[in-house]
Amino acid sequence: MQDPVVFRVERILRSPWLIFGAGAVLAGALALALWLLFPLYKGLLADPFWFPILVMAIMLNLILSSTAICILAERKIAGFTQDRFGPNRVGFWGLLQPLADGLKFLLKEDIIPTQVDKPLFLLAPAMALIISLSGFAVIPWAGEVRWPWAPDTLVSTQVASLDIGVLYVLAVASLGVYGVVLAGYASNNKYAFYGGVRAAAQMISYELPLGLGLLCLLLTSGSLRLEEVVRQQAQSGMWYVFLHPLPFLLILVSSFAEANRVPFDLAEAEQELVGGFHTEYSSMKFALFFLAEYAHMITGSAVLVALFCGGWAPLPFSSWLADSTAWWALLIKLGAYLAKVAVCIGLFMLVRWTIPRFRFDQLMRIAWLSLVPVGIALVAGTATLTVLGLQRTWWACLGLNLVALLGMLWTAARSGRTVTGRQDDLPDIHVEPA
Amino acid sequence: MEPLEPYISALAESDFTAVGILALVATGLAGAILVLTHLLGPKRVGPRKHAPYESGMEPVGDTRRRFSVRFYLIAVLFLVFDVEIVFLYPWAVLFPRLRDSAHQPWAQPLVAAGYSPLYLFLAMGVFFALLLIGLIYEWRRGIFRWN
Repeated sequence: MQDPVVFRVERILRSPWLIFGAGAVLAGALALALWLLFPLYKGLLADPFWFPILVMAIMLNLILSSTAICILAERKIAGFTQDRFGPNRVGFWGLLQPLADGLKFLLKEDIIPTQVDKPLFLLAPAMALIISLSGFAVIPWAGEVRWPWAPDTLVSTQVASLDIGVLYVLAVASLGVYGVVLAGYASNNKYAFYGGVRAAAQMISYELPLGLGLLCLLLTSGSLRLEEVVRQQAQSGMWYVFLHPLPFLLILVSSFAEANRVPFDLAEAEQELVGGFHTEYSSMKFALFFLAEYAHMITGSAVLVALFCGGWAPLPFSSWLADSTAWWALLIKLGAYLAKVAVCIGLFMLVRWTIPRFRFDQLMRIAWLSLVPVGIALVAGTATLTVLGLQRTWWACLGLNLVALLGMLWTAARSGRTVTGRQDDLPDIHVEPA
Repeated sequence: MEPLEPYISALAESDFTAVGILALVATGLAGAILVLTHLLGPKRVGPRKHAPYESGMEPVGDTRRRFSVRFYLIAVLFLVFDVEIVFLYPWAVLFPRLRDSAHQPWAQPLVAAGYSPLYLFLAMGVFFALLLIGLIYEWRRGIFRWN
């Protein structure tokens, strides 16, 4: 028999009125506070100098709250894939689950085992989060806007307008390995150590196809500034994914591996390594790794969308809003950008629950013997197109991709084996009778 | 209406001030979370509980021992290849620009020094061929054979 009081409380908690009502009240309170405090921050808004800080504050909040929603979405998608409900007990449709998880993480015991290298052990989760949050500095969220509070000023909606934006993204992505490796090393635990070493080998291996795919893009765009790459796509309406589908796939696969997501989550393979690099972590330190993973995923998707899927451009094959700087255009552009990022993250999640994990030798062979040669061929091909002046011509680019695809298929068919290797390539396992 | 030049805040203008501020904010956030969780949670200390986790067994041997040499080989390979790919980045930016706008004033010194797009293409072709030969050599030597 269930306690009638508990039953009632649970029913109230699960009511849609509670969560939507609370949401409306919170949003109303925020709007009221912003309206009442307007005289206080009016001076700051009027000075475009502070605009990057405003963008930073808004996007940081957005990314951190999206990570919470992402965890719920991931579990809901897992439920959908496996034909079950997913979380539905805490709040209407499970919507309060992230809040409950967060509270629980915060109130759990913060265990620091005796054998660990304490400074590094504490540094690792912090580093993972810092690095994955730093990545979004260069993302051009919504192009340029005529700022209403500072007349006759165009401001760019990004934190930092770096002339080496793509290189910065690549550098930050490479730093991402430090959090995982430090966690594995500092834990002084065998599972964690193997997880860390695997993660290092995997992340550095998949950086090469990532770099090669980006080179194809750079040979077309001729600019390392992300806002410039997005502007080119928005004005021509020809998103680079239509010109370079194979480099896009190359980068997509590599970002799965860089984010340590299934099918590349060898670093935390539960069946072999317990929890992998975060075996010894508890409470919020454990949650920091998850925050970092999801933030990494969001930033990675945002970069992918900016470089290949037109960034804030709302429609493909159209230059609609490409030169508009009105405030309503800003909202449409931001909405388009976030929608594309959401689709990309949904893809990440669907893949996680669809494809099984690779073996480690398969993982390495995919990177070095499949993706890197294809990447080298694509860069050489794109460079040839560039010297002929055809790098923006759709039939030339698609022809190159088709030839590369056929070449891949031909090589695979001729070698008579898949790049992932066959089971009978493995040595026989002899088990001594007990 | 006169088209406006985009205003780029001194904070965002091609230096790393804004990036630094973002990194500082992220550091503060991570530090605050670590401190908060350390203060809030319960504390129950015990030798068994704080021993390294090895599926409930007594830990056997030391963790920092030798591991497979293949990981070192991958690391060395990565260093070589990644540095080479980083060399390609400035080329990949300059090359299409020079191809499309060789008449621009900024390109004149380059053109006068003989750096035509075709020259850039062939020079990088040689570099790229060396990269490819290296990869094929390592492949043949069986560095990628993991079983």
